[in-house]
Amino acid sequence: MRKSKTRFWLFLSPALAAFGLIVLIPTLMGFWYAFTDWNGISETAKFVGVRNFVAIFGDQSFLHAFGFTALFALCAVILVNVVGFALALLVTQKFPGATALRGVFFMPNLIGGLLLGFTWQFIFTSIFTAIGKVAGWKFMEGWLSTPQTGFGGLLILTVWQLSGYMMIIYIAQLQQIQDSVKEAARIDGAKGGSMLFHITLPLMMPAFTIGLFMTISNSFKMFDQNLALTAGGPYRSTEMLALNIYNSAFAENSLGIAQAKAITFLIVVAAVGITQLMLTKRREVEM
Amino acid sequence: MKSAEAVFVKTGMQRKNSIQKMSFILVGIVLGALFLFPILILILNSFKNQKGIFLNVLGFPDAKTFTPDNYPKAFESLNYMLSFMNSLVITAISTVLILMVSAMAAWVLVRYKTKISSAIFIMFAASMLVPFQCVMLPLVSMGSALHMINRVGLVIMYIGFGTSMSIIMFHGFIKNIPEELEEAATIDGCNSVQLFFIILVPMLKTIMITVTILNIMWIWNDFLLPSLIINKPGWQTLPLKTYLFFGQFSKRWDLASAGLMLCIVPIVIFYLFCQKYIVKGVTDGAIK
Repeated sequence: MRKSKTRFWLFLSPALAAFGLIVLIPTLMGFWYAFTDWNGISETAKFVGVRNFVAIFGDQSFLHAFGFTALFALCAVILVNVVGFALALLVTQKFPGATALRGVFFMPNLIGGLLLGFTWQFIFTSIFTAIGKVAGWKFMEGWLSTPQTGFGGLLILTVWQLSGYMMIIYIAQLQQIQDSVKEAARIDGAKGGSMLFHITLPLMMPAFTIGLFMTISNSFKMFDQNLALTAGGPYRSTEMLALNIYNSAFAENSLGIAQAKAITFLIVVAAVGITQLMLTKRREVEM
Repeated sequence: MKSAEAVFVKTGMQRKNSIQKMSFILVGIVLGALFLFPILILILNSFKNQKGIFLNVLGFPDAKTFTPDNYPKAFESLNYMLSFMNSLVITAISTVLILMVSAMAAWVLVRYKTKISSAIFIMFAASMLVPFQCVMLPLVSMGSALHMINRVGLVIMYIGFGTSMSIIMFHGFIKNIPEELEEAATIDGCNSVQLFFIILVPMLKTIMITVTILNIMWIWNDFLLPSLIINKPGWQTLPLKTYLFFGQFSKRWDLASAGLMLCIVPIVIFYLFCQKYIVKGVTDGAIK
């Protein structure tokens, strides 16, 4: 059947117009601004070549934020997914209260990053200190006042927030592994550990592909939690990439530099994400 | 007695199962308590005065330290009703418009199998990789040139940012709806608009719920975009007002904990009522 071209463009145009204006044009402008001395105040931005990119690789705060974010993402990805998978294994067992537990584990995910950051700021600064005093544990005191505890704090918050989300994804996949496959393996003599490592885990690979991708992307792009929990302190030592870009734009007014950082950020996020997708996709097995 | 005992003696297998079940319950209780702890301790402290928090942050409030006053105070400082309504109106209008424009776009992107159609779809999908920080500065500068630094501008921006994910979700769903029904309706004289609203939309109910939930979740909690776009005191959304509230009352955890609870409670209520749809939405959103 012949379909009119008018209909195609008519129905597509509202979405395309909004997307073009809000995402596409600013992204393209952003690439241009990264090569200029744009400061947001003067009308014109002069082309300066790759000067901004050279500058940011000499910028200690940026390099630090880069390393901090990469290390954070690595730890968060491992912890969030291990905990998320363990929670999924637990709540898919048959015992009273399993369904209610799912609800509890997932709940932190719905609360916005800002609220979580402030809530945990209270936990780390007041509650941890109090527990440390009562129990005589020195390591519980002074959280968020050193780079290490700031890092640990962000990590704990992220695991608390995201592992329930991963749990939901892993439950969906666990339920798709047919009982017949497990039964066959059991007859062939697979027990607890070997069942987990040789049957369940390989069949979980499609879900791990998604879970890893989402945690990598989420931890690289983290902003609200960072701002609310530590605001990058002490002395910018826990500043992650997104916050570093924000600060160079709004605290230092170097918009061209900020934009060059943002473009670098885009390239890194895309490269890491795509590499991971390719690596894990290869390990997926058909059921 | 002997026969009763025999009834209660379990076989080894059964005993092993019940021990296993008990240990699951035990682990579940410990982990559940660990997950709920931050919220519970926040509730506890929201009912203490400043002295109560200073002297005994871990315990229950007693006669001297108990106070319900933090809530009305935080309610007032947050300008709660106004901020809540601002968030609600912006989230609701943006979500409805995103649903409409995305469903429309996804429909023609599925039904027209041309090169340009698939190129546009790939463009939407690829844009999901772009971090907000890449777009942020040019968007704000363009937005102020176009007089979009206001609530209407914010809604338009949410549509721009929200369409990609929504189109991908609708696309995946519409792909599995056979086209025959639309062809038959065309022969019966339906035009494009009728086809879409009368034939297609009623079939999209389940995916509509999923996309609605996913959009509400991020727009309601979004902080950075409104912080750049909303600059008038009366227009602030709840996350924005929370941030300013914290700047004002940092270290005043009596008021702050009550304020946080005021912001968390509506989310938990929403969750309790829509848990089934939220879990489905998250699962579908991830798998697509």
